[in-house]
Amino acid sequence: MNTNVIELQIWQLAAAYIFILILLAFVKYRGIKREKEILISSVRMTLQLILTGYILMYLFDNESWVLTLLVLSVMEIFAINNIFRRVNAKISNKLKKIIAFSMVTGTVTCLLYFIIIVIGLRPWFNPRYFIPISGMLIGNSMTGISLGVSRLVNDMNTQKHLVESSLMLGATPKMASKEIVDNAFDSAILPTINSMVGMGIVFLPGMMTGQILSGVSPVTAIEYQIAIMLGILGSVAFTVILFLQLGYKTFFNKKAQLIIE
Amino acid sequence: MFRFQNVIYKDIIDIKSLTIPSNKIVCITGESGGGKTTLLKLLNKMISPDSGEVFYLDTPLEEMDSINHRRKVIMLPQNPAIYNGTVKDNLLIGLKFSEKTMENEDMLLSSLQSARLNKKLDESIDNLSGGEKQRLALARVLLLNPDVFLLDEPSASLDEETERIIIENLVAQCKKNSKSIIMVTHSNKVATTYSDLIIRIDKGRVVNKEVTL
Repeated sequence: MNTNVIELQIWQLAAAYIFILILLAFVKYRGIKREKEILISSVRMTLQLILTGYILMYLFDNESWVLTLLVLSVMEIFAINNIFRRVNAKISNKLKKIIAFSMVTGTVTCLLYFIIIVIGLRPWFNPRYFIPISGMLIGNSMTGISLGVSRLVNDMNTQKHLVESSLMLGATPKMASKEIVDNAFDSAILPTINSMVGMGIVFLPGMMTGQILSGVSPVTAIEYQIAIMLGILGSVAFTVILFLQLGYKTFFNKKAQLIIE
Repeated sequence: MFRFQNVIYKDIIDIKSLTIPSNKIVCITGESGGGKTTLLKLLNKMISPDSGEVFYLDTPLEEMDSINHRRKVIMLPQNPAIYNGTVKDNLLIGLKFSEKTMENEDMLLSSLQSARLNKKLDESIDNLSGGEKQRLALARVLLLNPDVFLLDEPSASLDEETERIIIENLVAQCKKNSKSIIMVTHSNKVATTYSDLIIRIDKGRVVNKEVTL
């Protein structure tokens, strides 16, 4: 294997911005008013990544469980807030607490299993592994749970009469909302399953590409990619199941009455 | 059987005192928006009063387990849910919700017959008209054989002749098996012909209680 990585020169990196210029020229020519968004997102992406690069360098040079857990906490808080913002429906405070609880419990449990059992990382907080793996598990679980929350809340509102009719027949809240909960789970997990189907054929995943570019053998890169995909699936599924099993209950009171206004 | 004591629910229901006897056919009539459906929901414990108490067989509903209560006192809403699948699926789901078992398929066929729905069990619900769906929902409730039927406009989308046959049949069955029916209806004819008691509700208050038989 050739392990020599081609270091990008500043002018080479600058040359990559030609794509942004082409895009800007195109939208201007077509009269699509998106120049501002394109410019802002390009600048944000550049600055965020530069900052992240320096932070990661600092973390790798100063290995500490406190710093690793701090990064994990920041990621979780950001992910939870992002879910609240992304969900296109009004969510109750009770449901928000369940989203936060499910995200933290689901991702941390899967992360620890993955780090300790699957990879056997020593020390467990080694930031070079811990942080990128956390990012992948939390990021994918965040997407999954956002889809699950949206579907659950929307279906509970639009299919209120179905739930109510079932309760009138003597169904428990669990029975009455089973179809809605199952559909929400399906929506949440489907993107992860679809991405597994296309993996290696339709696209080469980012982590694997990164490892190959940095000189790691494709076989090792693939082993890691398979493991991380299974970890992602586990984390998304566990987080979403936890959320749905607790979340549907917030639509009912202790008297098994529907509390959607 | 049911007793209301100073029951207030939002600004929809305000009933100081009301007793509904058991083993009777009771019709609730009144203008739309007067609180008739809300009254049925209070009896089914789908909602609870803001103040006051509703008693069922002398026990406050608030002290009773909601699910068990609803399995004995079943409500059929005005626009009942029809679930995807076949006629049979829709009948079985009621049994599943009530945690009852199907003894044999004849039970299902007999409930369809009682609701005057001439459809095969494996017929898709996509082929059913609005009126047929309403009768399917009624058949589902009949199959569950509760102590009390709470029916909200059960014949709203039926023609007069079908309405007559179904209500007549329903009333006869309930009388025979000592069951109670509390039915919201807009039809004065249905109320005066079949009920033992008519309760007229207006703006959430009982304005008239009339024993007809």
